[in-house]
Parts: sequence; structure tokens; C-alpha cells
Amino acid sequence: MFEAIAFYLFAFLTISMFYITVTTSQALHALTALAAGMIFISAFFFILGADFLGAIQIIVYTGAVMALYAFGMMFFDSTRDVKEKQGNKFIVVGMATVAAVLVVAIFSAPILSDNIVALYPSVGAGNTQEVGMVLFTKYLIPFEVAAVMLLVAMVAGIVLAGKKMDLSLTLMNKEEILEMNEDKNKKVLS
Amino acid sequence: MMEIGLNHYLVLSTILFAIGLVGVMRRKNLLLLFFATEILLNAVNIAFAAISHYYGDLTGQMFAFFVIAIAASELAVGLGLLIVWFKRHGTIDLDTMTSMRG
Repeated sequence: MFEAIAFYLFAFLTISMFYITVTTSQALHALTALAAGMIFISAFFFILGADFLGAIQIIVYTGAVMALYAFGMMFFDSTRDVKEKQGNKFIVVGMATVAAVLVVAIFSAPILSDNIVALYPSVGAGNTQEVGMVLFTKYLIPFEVAAVMLLVAMVAGIVLAGKKMDLSLTLMNKEEILEMNEDKNKKVLS
Repeated sequence: MMEIGLNHYLVLSTILFAIGLVGVMRRKNLLLLFFATEILLNAVNIAFAAISHYYGDLTGQMFAFFVIAIAASELAVGLGLLIVWFKRHGTIDLDTMTSMRG
């Protein structure tokens, strides 16, 4: 009973938040709606008994990813309205629906053919404990590879975004900034 | 109706995935395109967690963890590239990225 109420409530909230994210013309509205949707999605994980996954969802998505987007947005011109593609709406919606149904078919094909066997069935401990036991035995190598991938991504992010971090625009006077911009334009044009 | 089963979660995941795909197809601004890809990844995560719960198997949750890790690293690299592009050209619209004249 309460599970059904919670499911329908959070389903409605999540769908409406993500709908706002893809339809609004304000980048800031899209950002806040996406953050709210991420929080509501963690509710499904808690309903499903995946406590650790829910906590990770809140920490990583609304803590790290959204903060990164918010910082990245300071570099962009996010106050003006966003232009949309003026394509055929029926084609867009039709293609999206077909692709989504294909995804469901991919997920439900093994279920319908009864081809799913629980490889690592639950042993009755708490969710976090079970996750730790499976992650550090059966999935240890993917875990380490994911760690290396995150390190590579961090280095790439610093290298890409951290250029000219030694210059501070607030400490330079106007002539120096103009000179720097002229140099930059020359580089881009050449 | 009152008993929530696996199909409910799969339908919800489909709806969210369709919303994300519509976003991917109609957005021109690259930042908002990234938002739409996050929606796609989250929709798949819900399906993984639901299947994991209803089959008593933790593999689905493991895959959801790795999807989250991949989403975080994709975002770090993508935002870095986006910042470099914006510094060079002053815009992040997709239409300006037609240097190959395709």
C-alpha cells in the first residue's frame, strides 16, 4: 500500500522534473530540475532496498555532478534563452518512443525466456555489506579499472579546463586584458 | 494495481528513457544535451536496480555503480572540452561545430 503510494508519487515527480529539464528554455531551470529529479530517483533505490546505491546516487549525482555543472555553467553564457532545433516533432517523438521500446525489449527478453539465474544471491546481510562482499570479490578488477578511469578523467579535466589558470583577470588592468585577447584572436585566426 | 511489480519499474524506466531521447534529439545547446544524457543513464539505472531487487541478485546494482562511475568521468572530460571550445569560439551551439562541412 505505502510502497504503491511512494512509487506513484515519486514516478510522477521524476517524470515531471525531467520533462521540465528537456523542455525549458532556461539553462538554470534545467539544472535545478535535473538536480531535483536525481534526488527523486534515489527514492526508487531506497524503495527497492538498494540503500547503498541510493546514497551513492545522492552523493555522486547531486553532490558531485550537479556541482560540476554549476561551476561549468559559470564559464558559459547561461542567462540567454536556448534555441531549439526546428525539426519535425512527430519524427522526434516517434523515434524516441521506438528506441525506448527497444530498450525495454532488450531488458525483458531474458526475463520472458526465463533465462535469468541469480549468480550472486543475497545471503541475508545488510545491503551495504552484501554490496561490499560482491564488489570486492567478483567485481574487483572492474572496480580497479573504474578507479583508473576516474583518475584519467580527472587528469583530462584538469588539463583541459586548467589552461591559463595562472592568470587572474581581476588582478590585471584593462590594457593587459585587451592585449591578451588580441594574442588569443591571432592564435585562433592563424 | 496496488502491488508494485517489476513491470511498473520497467515502464517508468521506458518513460524516462523516452524523455531523455527527446531531449537529445531536440536540444541544440551542448550543455543541455549533456543533461539529456544524464537522464538516459539514470533511466537505465532504475531498470538495473529493479531487476536486481526482483531477482534477488546483486549484479544489477554492480552495473548501476559502474554506470554512475562512467557518467562522472564522461562529465569531467566533456565539461573540460566544452570549456575549451567556449573559450575559443564564444558559443556552445551544435550548429557552430560544422568545420568539416558535412
